Amino acid sequence: MDFIFQTWPWYVSGFLIGMIMLSLIYFGKAFGMSSNLSTLCSMTGIGKRVSFFDFDWKAKRWNLIVVLGAMFGGFVATHFMNDSSIVAINPKTIAQLAQLGIDAPNGKLLPDVLFSIESLQSPKIIFILTIGGVLIGFGTRYAGGCTSGHAISGLSNFQIKSLKAVIGFFIRGLIMTHFILPLLF
Amino acid sequence: MNTLRYLLVGFIFGIVLTKSEAVSWYRIYEMFQFQSFHMYGIIMVSIVTGVIGIQIIKRKKIKDIRGLPIEILDKEPGSTRFWIGGIIFGLGWALVGACPGPIFILLGAGFIPVIFVLFGALFGTFLYGILKDKLPH
Repeated sequence: MDFIFQTWPWYVSGFLIGMIMLSLIYFGKAFGMSSNLSTLCSMTGIGKRVSFFDFDWKAKRWNLIVVLGAMFGGFVATHFMNDSSIVAINPKTIAQLAQLGIDAPNGKLLPDVLFSIESLQSPKIIFILTIGGVLIGFGTRYAGGCTSGHAISGLSNFQIKSLKAVIGFFIRGLIMTHFILPLLF
Repeated sequence: MNTLRYLLVGFIFGIVLTKSEAVSWYRIYEMFQFQSFHMYGIIMVSIVTGVIGIQIIKRKKIKDIRGLPIEILDKEPGSTRFWIGGIIFGLGWALVGACPGPIFILLGAGFIPVIFVLFGALFGTFLYGILKDKLPH
């Protein structure tokens, strides 16, 4: 039973994510997480002023329920299904992170530098988290999808547009990781 | 009944993304450093599973749960938007190590600081809604 508490292998995880997308298709829906951000905006009633958000958000309620389930799944998996062996990343990566002053995983999902309660005492960290969020929200809506909508749903359906978006994600991800993160830390 | 169905799919999604560590900032960093196959493996296997499933659905003309034909919509038209939007999202992805799904999953798991990422993402979405007509697509 140990395998449940360790890192799930990529072939198991990838297969399950593919099946999740297919189940949503079978339910007559589409797999995509970033559209929930639009739905949440629309729920505030902003649609009266900004036409982009003027849609019937109630029709998208199913996706918010998926999100709610995902939050609960994240809670259960993080608190009851993890042992100290998780996030065994490449030792070279750990050494690089140490040079940037970012703590090693040691069984944690996220670095304390960015995601611990103490880190919120630093305005710089709050700024990084918020700006990162703005880029994610703006970029996914502009591109019309994120990892789930483009990389997985789109590419599975041979959408060339999704390939462009995915290449775009990658180029900039590389620039961020290799050139900008070292400047921030 | 319908609610339960979506709740269950979401629940499994949350567990799989956490247990595969796709929600981990470390895994995203490692991926962009090309220092592990793990994330690439996950994305590739999920696409292969999706391709096979969608081909079966299309060839066998499988009906959905309500008995209606399954129609998989094409993505919106455009070109510039995919490049630029993708590039902007990629910046955020590598910075905070989370795409929209994991933002919610990590919040559920109790990582309080992620709330700032969510606020940011909602504001970013709102900003796109305002600027949409002025942007090249």
